[in-house]
Amino acid sequence: MSLTLINVLFAVVAAIGFAALNAAYLVWCERKGAGFFQRRPGPMENGPWGLLQPPVDGIKLMTKQLVIPGGVDKALFMVAPVLAMFPAIMSFVTIPFSENIVAQNMNIGVLMIFAFASMGSMAILFAGWGSRNKYALMSSVRGVSQAIAYEVPMLITVITIVMITGSMDLRAIALDQSGGFWQWNILALTKSPLMPVSFLIFFVCTLAETNRAPFDLGEAESELVAGFHTEYSSMGFGLFFMGEYANIVIGSCLTTLLFLGGWGCPFGLFPGVWWFLLKIYLLIFTFIWIRWTFPRTTIYGLLNLSWKILIPFSLFNLLLTAGLLKVF
Amino acid sequence: MSDPIQLRSDETFTLNVGPQHPATHGVLRVKMEMDGEYIFSAETVLGYIHRMHEKMGENRTYAQYLPNLGRLDYLSAMAYNHGYVLAVEKAASIEVPERAEYIRVLTVELNRISSHLVWFGAFIMDLGGFTPLMYAFDDREAILDILEAVTGSRLTYCYHRFGGVYNDVDDDFIEGTKAFIPRMRKALKTYEDLVTKNIILMKRLKGIGPVSAEMCRKYGATGPVARASGINFDVRKNEPYSLYNEFDFDVPVYNECDSYARYMVRMEEMEQSLRIIEQALAKMPEGPIMPKKKPKIIKPPAGDYYQAVEAARGSFGIRIVSDGGKNAYRLKLRSPTYSNMHLFDEACRGMLIADALAFMGSIDLVIPEMDR
Repeated sequence: MSLTLINVLFAVVAAIGFAALNAAYLVWCERKGAGFFQRRPGPMENGPWGLLQPPVDGIKLMTKQLVIPGGVDKALFMVAPVLAMFPAIMSFVTIPFSENIVAQNMNIGVLMIFAFASMGSMAILFAGWGSRNKYALMSSVRGVSQAIAYEVPMLITVITIVMITGSMDLRAIALDQSGGFWQWNILALTKSPLMPVSFLIFFVCTLAETNRAPFDLGEAESELVAGFHTEYSSMGFGLFFMGEYANIVIGSCLTTLLFLGGWGCPFGLFPGVWWFLLKIYLLIFTFIWIRWTFPRTTIYGLLNLSWKILIPFSLFNLLLTAGLLKVF
Repeated sequence: MSDPIQLRSDETFTLNVGPQHPATHGVLRVKMEMDGEYIFSAETVLGYIHRMHEKMGENRTYAQYLPNLGRLDYLSAMAYNHGYVLAVEKAASIEVPERAEYIRVLTVELNRISSHLVWFGAFIMDLGGFTPLMYAFDDREAILDILEAVTGSRLTYCYHRFGGVYNDVDDDFIEGTKAFIPRMRKALKTYEDLVTKNIILMKRLKGIGPVSAEMCRKYGATGPVARASGINFDVRKNEPYSLYNEFDFDVPVYNECDSYARYMVRMEEMEQSLRIIEQALAKMPEGPIMPKKKPKIIKPPAGDYYQAVEAARGSFGIRIVSDGGKNAYRLKLRSPTYSNMHLFDEACRGMLIADALAFMGSIDLVIPEMDR
């Protein structure tokens, strides 16, 4: 494995490009999806079907004034949006899109992604603390307790998968599930009969980790105005916004790789990478669907769900899987 | 459900909710003393859109004051029109033709449904669900189209006149309303499936925001807020005015006292309004819409007159003190949300801010009516 500078640069540029393109056009998808669920057309003005909306939005955000309110902790205030976007992009580097398409495969890919994912909550904390705004502070406190509560069951579920596969390499985990959809981890009932429940736990945790509705308590706009990014304008806000969508893509990629067989295809038809993209966009559609259907939970409802239901269940599943692995 | 916790008065900070805040739906300011996310006390600060409507009533003639009524509660303006014309008719002893009274009831009940639809959408939006708002506004649009055709306006109606209504309803109105009833019933079913039975919604509303019957009496709360606390009081039933004792309808009353009960009361009121509309359409006679004899200038004899009507948010009362002149000597408006809002401070103590704002949504605030 030779790591040349050009290789690294190429990988980073590709990751940034993929993340930025996805973030921009997922906003369009989200708005179109919202329109679809709400019996209205969504953006239609810029370009055909509003397809030029994302670049126009980007120009608007970039040309607006970046207001730094008086009394903020300037360093934290400036660093937070970058910190929101950066881990999301870095996580793309190790995600395999098919057997060969991966920027940089690592044998500890899962660990790296979760290490970066926990940096995301630091961005929320910095933004809320640095903004010197009571709503932002309350939001950041919520954000951190939410991140802790949901990383625990998420990681326990991932440990279950890692135990089954015996590898932390995302590529190996996906390859392990190849050979038909009954081999996917979501349906691997012989390894552990609770696998579908594990998938549900992981999916709920992904929703919570990415601050998506119904767990978008960090930016609960009817309570905390705009939450941790209340004071942000211009591209500061833009980076948070893009970071959110990039995180959704990461979450969907991980769910696909860990549970849905990665690029594994049920019946051939077209190359694996298309299957991978199809799976992640179906998951993203589910994200959008959920957001525009459910009301928001409360912070205590969210914490109760995690500590009282998800964590005991995922722990039980972990023990069960470990036992079954030992027996068979 | 949060357990009651011991709040400490020495560790609080002040949180200004409003005058510009997404949950207040207007320029309402609630000064909250917070202990973390728990509310220690909440003071409602009014006055940001005070327009002296009561004073205006004293220096305008009765007819000139009529348009003001549409600008109090902009969501159920028709009921306010109704209350005012009924009060003036009572004062000046003006007879109202039967057809006009039917038209009034029809428009008021249609307006009540449209008002509840806005509340429904906005309330679910307070809870973080956006889609029901769009559905509700879609159905409300049908009502607005019907009312716009006869009244000429979509929101701040000024349709009722002393002695009758501004113009007669046509076949389009009758047909449109008839077609609207099944549509609305279907929509109510959709809302029930999409929202009412949603587990997140139930968890967020059940047991949250308890308002006891005593508290309602203490602050003078009326309307759905009181009816959700087990108080069976509806002005349409208890002090029947207009034609309401001729219609067969129920007053939904719940004893749970929580936000979910308030939600259910309003959802059932829409169905009851549909029943009234159905009966009114069937019974409506032909005839004039204005009395033959009516004074050109309204000059009620000196005296004290009061009329209460059931607006969408509760009992709206109007008191006119006349000295026999062209203007009222004193005009007092008793608006429901003003009283309903003031139990917020007592009820929300010890609540989490998310629950308190959901509770505030369940009171159904219209700020221009509180702050008139």
